[in-house]
This record gives sequence, C-alpha cells and structure tokens, in this order.
Amino acid sequence: MILFDQVSKRYKGGNEALSQVNFHLHQGEMAFLTGHSGAGKSTLLKLIALIERASTGNVIIGGKNLNKVSRHTLPYLRRNMGIIFQDYQLLYDRTVFDNVALPLIISGFSSREVKKRVHAALDKVGLLRFEKKYPITLSGGEQQRVSIARAVVNKPALLLADEPTGNLDPELSREIMNLFMAFNQVGVTVLIATHDIPLINQLNKRIIQLSHGQLLAEGES
Amino acid sequence: MVKSNATEVSSVQLRQLKPSFSSRFKEFFVRHLQVFFYSLGLLSRTPFSTLMTASALGIALALPTGLYVILDHASQLSGDINSINQISLFMKKGLSEANIQTIKKKLESYPEITQVKHVNRDAALQEFQDNSGFGDALKALKDNPLPDLLIVYPSITHNNPQQINALLGELKKIKQVALVQLDIQWLQRLYAILHIGQRGVLIIGFLLALGVLLIVGNTIRLAIENRRSEIVVMKLIGGTNSFIRRPFLYTGFWYGLLGSFIAILLVNISLIIINDPLAHLSSLYDSNLFSLGLMGVNISATLLLSGCFLGLLGARLAVGKHLKDIEPK
Repeated sequence: MILFDQVSKRYKGGNEALSQVNFHLHQGEMAFLTGHSGAGKSTLLKLIALIERASTGNVIIGGKNLNKVSRHTLPYLRRNMGIIFQDYQLLYDRTVFDNVALPLIISGFSSREVKKRVHAALDKVGLLRFEKKYPITLSGGEQQRVSIARAVVNKPALLLADEPTGNLDPELSREIMNLFMAFNQVGVTVLIATHDIPLINQLNKRIIQLSHGQLLAEGES
Repeated sequence: MVKSNATEVSSVQLRQLKPSFSSRFKEFFVRHLQVFFYSLGLLSRTPFSTLMTASALGIALALPTGLYVILDHASQLSGDINSINQISLFMKKGLSEANIQTIKKKLESYPEITQVKHVNRDAALQEFQDNSGFGDALKALKDNPLPDLLIVYPSITHNNPQQINALLGELKKIKQVALVQLDIQWLQRLYAILHIGQRGVLIIGFLLALGVLLIVGNTIRLAIENRRSEIVVMKLIGGTNSFIRRPFLYTGFWYGLLGSFIAILLVNISLIIINDPLAHLSSLYDSNLFSLGLMGVNISATLLLSGCFLGLLGARLAVGKHLKDIEPK
C-alpha cells in the first residue's frame, strides 16, 4: 500500500529531513510512526499526502509512483486517503454535517447519498446527535472525532494521522486510537504519527521509528 | 518488490468509493446551482461591505454608460436637424415682386427642392421692428435695409453633404441672388465635437472597465485571503482547483450583476434629474427635440452583460493568481 524506496527529503536551506528511508506498509496493515521532535515523522506523512515531494527516491502509494503525479491529478489521488491532523483542520463556519460532507460533495455524490454516508460516518464516531452543531461548540476530543468522520466518509483505503491525540488527555486518546483500530479491522490501512509511546505500547501494532531522518531497525529503541 | 506490490494495490484501487458517472454528471449542475446561491448567501452575510463594493462598481460602470446615453441622444438629435436643413437666399436689392416670384417658381420645379418660402423685405422689417426693440431706431432709417429672402428646403432624398454642395453651386449661379447661406458649419462643428465625445466615451469606458476589473480582483483577493484555511482544507481532502475556484468566480459574477443594477439605477436617476431642465431649455428653442427619456432596453442589457462579464473576468484573474500560492504545509 505504502512503499518507500530510498527516499530522501532535503528542504531548501540544506537540512535533510529524511535520508534513505525504505519501508513497506502492506494493505490492511496498521502502524505507528514514532520518533523525537524533528525526526522526520511529519515530513514522511507529507510525502505520502503529496504536500511535499521527495528529493530523491520513490514513494509509491497504491501502485502509483508519486514522482509521476502532476498537479492536475493530485486532488484525485488525495481522495483515496483520509488525512487527520493534530489541529483538526475543520471549517468553523459550517456545521458538523457540512464538514463531514465536504469530501463527498467534492467527489460529486448526490445529496441523498451524501446524507446517508455522512450519517453513517458520524454514527461510527458516535457524534450523530451533533450533526447540526458548529465545531467550535464541541470539545477537543469531539472535534477530532468529527475530523476522523470526515477522513473516513468516502471510505478511503488509507488513513493517515499526524499526532491525532496530541491535544487530548489519555482517556480521550485511547478512545481515538480505538476508533483507528476499528477502521483497521475492516481493512483500512492506517499510519499514525505519534509520540505517545505508553499508549501505542499497549496496542500491539507495528512501530516504525525515525531518528534524525533515518529509519531505525524495527523493534529497536 | 515494487511489481508484486503493484498488483496488490490495484485491487485496492478498484474498491475505491466513486459516484457513478450519471450521478456525477447530474450533481455537477446541482452543485453549480448550489454554489451559485451559496456565494450570494455569503455576500448577503456582509451586506454593508458588499453594497460598498457593488456601489464602487456601479459608479465606475455608470459614468461611461451615462455619457454614452447622452451622446447617443445628441447624435440622433443632430440627425433630426440634418433632415431639416435649410438654405437662405438673400436677393439683390431692387428686384420686383414679380421677378422674385418667377425665381421662386423656378426653384420649386427643381427635383432636389421640396419647398421655397418667400420672406418679403417689408414684412421682415415690420416683424423686426415689432420684436427687436429697435423699433424707433429703425424708423429713423429712410430705406428698408433688409433684402428679400427666399428660404429653400432641400428634399430628404437630396440631403447628403455632396448633394447639398451641388445645390449650393446651382443656387449661386442665379444672378439675382446676392448671397447664399447654408448654416451647415455649426452642424459640422457639432459632428466634430460628438466625434471627440465618442472617442472620450471609449477611453473613459476602457479605463473604468479596467477599474472594475481591479476592484473585483482586489475584493476577490481579500476574500481568498479571508478563506485561506478553508482553501487549504479543500485542497487536503482532494478538492480540484476548479471546485475551489467556483465560489469565487460566482462571487465575482454577483458583484458584476449588482454593480450593473446600481449603474442602471444611477444613470436613470441622473436622466430624470436632467430631463426637466432640458425640456425647459428645449421649449425656449420652440422645440421638443431635447428629451432624453430613460435608458433603453438594449443598452441596459448590454450594461448588465458587460458588468457580469467584467466581474467574472476580474474574479478569474485574481483567483488564477492567488489560489496557486495557497498550498497545504
């Protein structure tokens, strides 16, 4: 599903955020991406989401080499991924329903389909009763669940999350991780960047560690 | 490794959730309609600033339109005057009444002349004494200083400048005629002024159209800036450029439409204000030619169309320039 082949990323100004990274995340797999601040976790996710491009090497997502993706086809590729952020990235002038509906509207679903799927997604994250509320009136954990609903509403094969529990207390964090586990159980490939080591140690999933832009052998610490 | 992986994933891609073609086709129009009204809704949320911008556009559009309307009327007016050209023949002194009548008859037989009017020199003097206020001064004169006058009206079919000039040549050959006078110079001057006016309207229209583009462009640039985070989110969840562009384009369209309506309102109000004094002036000239009326349907429609077009174009230019700069980081 995700294949990194000798990938390096050097930002303008010289510092190398990733160097010679190789890894393979299979379809249906779930993994955590950890490492100290500045280890390159966010850069790695940005390469997958096409927010940044690799300086050298190949990133292959769903069989597509991202080096060959043009600006024009980039949006269609992003529709295959659900992306979740530490700061939720919700639109605060729209209701919960409208926020979650956005990916479906972009893809051109009919209003009836949109309603059905948004309700299903909100039901999965347990927020169906909040559909007419505005995100600002919700707690942090609830807002993050809205953003997860938005990420999964068009049933992407791949879920990416960058510090999804960064702003949440341990109990809420655990709830959010359980949601990701549930999606993984129905076949979605999940990659989560986090430094909540105690939490992920309980979950018994693959852990990919980065240090100074390089991949540590798995199982090492 | 890459190859074996590719087969694994292509099966994943087939499972990717996509709406059917017919659904996307139908939704395309439904969404357009929704965005069309959604952008109007956004504008109505900030009625004051919307009205300010639309008024600026309205004034910019009203100026060239108003000038055009006035010029348009003026050139129609000069057309009317043109068709009632008249040529004055001042006769030599000492001609008998019968002599003048013969010339009059002869002129009336010309195909290029519809009518000839004789103003008798005695009658003219009498009228002048009655009306000019120089009555007593004129009585002191021994002789009537005024000549007999024949007023010649060319026919409508012989009305263009060359034909009039040919006729003038003919009339000058008549030996009893002292002076042929055609008041065509002021008409030529009026035409020249109108011509300059038309060029002026073109220049002002061009500059103010540019102004409209800049106003709309700047307004849209601010709207894009205000909604930067929204645009980033749209791009992150796979919104195409055309999808993100759409509400801004419609916003530009609405501004153009509102601005045009305001311009039509402004021009018509101005015409109403001018009409009364103009009618008065006109009555002083014993004429009812000077009347502007309201804007015609054609020019109103043209104004609406060009307003909407300029709004769309301004928005498109601004969006094309500024949307590229906003990328998720």
